[in-house]
Amino acid sequence: MSTATDLDRPAAPPAFQEIGAGRKLRNRFATGLVWGAFLIALAPLVWLLITVLARGLEHVLNADWWSRSFAGLTSRQFGGGVYHAIIGTLFQGLICAVIAVPIAILVAVYLVEYGKGSRLANAVTFTVDILSGVPSIVAALFIYALWVTTLGFPRSAFAVSLALVLLMIPVVVRTTEELLKIVPDELREAAYALGIPKWKTIVKIVIPTALSGIITGISLAIARVMGETAPVLVLVGYTSYINFDPFNGSMASLPLLMTSERLTTNAIGEARVWGAAVTLILIITVFNLLGSLISRLTSLKTK
Amino acid sequence: MSDFAKVGRPATRETGSRGSAPNTAPEATIPPNPPDSGPPPAAPKVVTRPGDRIFRTLTVGSGALIVVMIALIGVFLLIQAIPSLSGNQASFLFSRDWNADPAALAFGVLDLLLVTVFSSVFALLIAMPVSLGIALFLTQYAPKRLARPFGYIVDLLAAVPSIIYGLWGLYELAPALKPVSTWLNDTLGFIPIFATGSSNLAIGQTIFTAGIVLAVMLLPIITAITREVFDRTPSTQIEGALALGATKWEVVRTTVLPFGRAGYISASMLGLGRALGETIAVMIILASTSQHFGFSLFDGGDTIASKIARAASEFNDPRGAGAYIAAGLVLFVLTFIVNAFARYIISGHKEYE
Repeated sequence: MSTATDLDRPAAPPAFQEIGAGRKLRNRFATGLVWGAFLIALAPLVWLLITVLARGLEHVLNADWWSRSFAGLTSRQFGGGVYHAIIGTLFQGLICAVIAVPIAILVAVYLVEYGKGSRLANAVTFTVDILSGVPSIVAALFIYALWVTTLGFPRSAFAVSLALVLLMIPVVVRTTEELLKIVPDELREAAYALGIPKWKTIVKIVIPTALSGIITGISLAIARVMGETAPVLVLVGYTSYINFDPFNGSMASLPLLMTSERLTTNAIGEARVWGAAVTLILIITVFNLLGSLISRLTSLKTK
Repeated sequence: MSDFAKVGRPATRETGSRGSAPNTAPEATIPPNPPDSGPPPAAPKVVTRPGDRIFRTLTVGSGALIVVMIALIGVFLLIQAIPSLSGNQASFLFSRDWNADPAALAFGVLDLLLVTVFSSVFALLIAMPVSLGIALFLTQYAPKRLARPFGYIVDLLAAVPSIIYGLWGLYELAPALKPVSTWLNDTLGFIPIFATGSSNLAIGQTIFTAGIVLAVMLLPIITAITREVFDRTPSTQIEGALALGATKWEVVRTTVLPFGRAGYISASMLGLGRALGETIAVMIILASTSQHFGFSLFDGGDTIASKIARAASEFNDPRGAGAYIAAGLVLFVLTFIVNAFARYIISGHKEYE
């Protein structure tokens, strides 16, 4: 009898033991918390998008909304559209990009191709970090102090673009820098071996290799600055008329329209605010999609 | 010979930066002249093409430009603030009243500063654990195929303009939070931060609402960086822990978290900097009040940024505007310190590169 049980018993304790109940429980608990955290992040996003669409979508579904301004309409008249604000938002975003992108790309080229390890490069990296943390209201105040008070120019859409430049440069520098870093050194060496000057190597080999990613980064950055409200509040006045001149006069933009019309406390004001919110989200989405589309079209063909 | 003279320009300034091989431009070394043609040059000479010099100058110039720019921000704000500060009849740093009337300037930033820091820290306390959870979820827990789209969804939170967060916070979130804030106020009202404040709980234009909206805005910022750092946890460590029989949670606790701690804290500091400077969402949500800030979540009030934004359309008198610029300078210094600290935390961590 006893010999039989001895034979049944394993000679050594099993190498793999069951995980204790406590450890299992803790593992389950942690898994639940982590999933919960993700769902917590989803909730506001979904809620917010539903809110904006539910309150604003009906107002943007007519041609007038996209092709007319509020010119001549009082705060008690329905109708009109946000064409003037769309123009302003696009103008300010694009002027900003025209100024910021060349500077940002040159800075990134400096950091990756020329400056490595030098004292200036460290200062530049530090500056980019700090600049990316500068609040938009501080950037707006700086441009106000420089452009309006010191240089004596009037408030204008161009001043807004200048403030947006400060916010856009660090974003574009960061993405461009990361992309230039992953361009293989073999490409550069091959160019050098053929006797191609360094600047031409950068312009014709290195940047084109990274171009599709850079374009994505730029359009994301444009989308981001177009939603900024603080600079337009400080640096330009609101108007319900269409203005194509970025250097003179007031110019509406979608965020500015929303802060101005918010003070109209009736159904018309609400319709305008939420309609503009939908419009802004649509424009931002378009720029985001445009970025990935262009990058897909321009990306180097790999076999 | 004339050719040699052309290419053999001395380029001593160039030689300093030629450290790493891959980034070295082609150098055409000139063979020493034949002995009979005069004294040989001391060192091999380098071709510097005009295009190279122009391009290099451009890039260095752009780099220098943005370094100068950050200094200019501080300098210009200071220059514009000084006249108003010298005419200020109250203590700028310690007065809790704000009167930017150009005729009788008496403004102090203390109350604004307190509201700014209080609301941001509250937002950070909510956002930090949730962001940690999201980062862990996206890097360790989410099904591999879904991790990317899920990450994209979290990034979408960052793409929503802050003005839309503000509108959502005021018109949707604030009414929804009413039962929560009333309950907190009723049951925990004896604790100062839940005490009855200056703002009406039924409308909800409180620091409580603003802080929660800020927290939502911080989630994608903190998560983005934390996620990157967690992703770099050496797989040998993870596999080692697994081989020792660790559960998923034990793997995370013993490898991912210790490895990513500095990155996570740094990311949170960056988030704090963002919260301190957030303008329009706070301006829309918070109700202005003439009462002093009483360290309650249910107070109204103004942060530095929202105070400036509220007054922005009345920047006509330079002395009045100067008061707000002085407040902006304080905000700039504050965010500068927080961001520099965030950078300092990860400065020693080569493994994050």
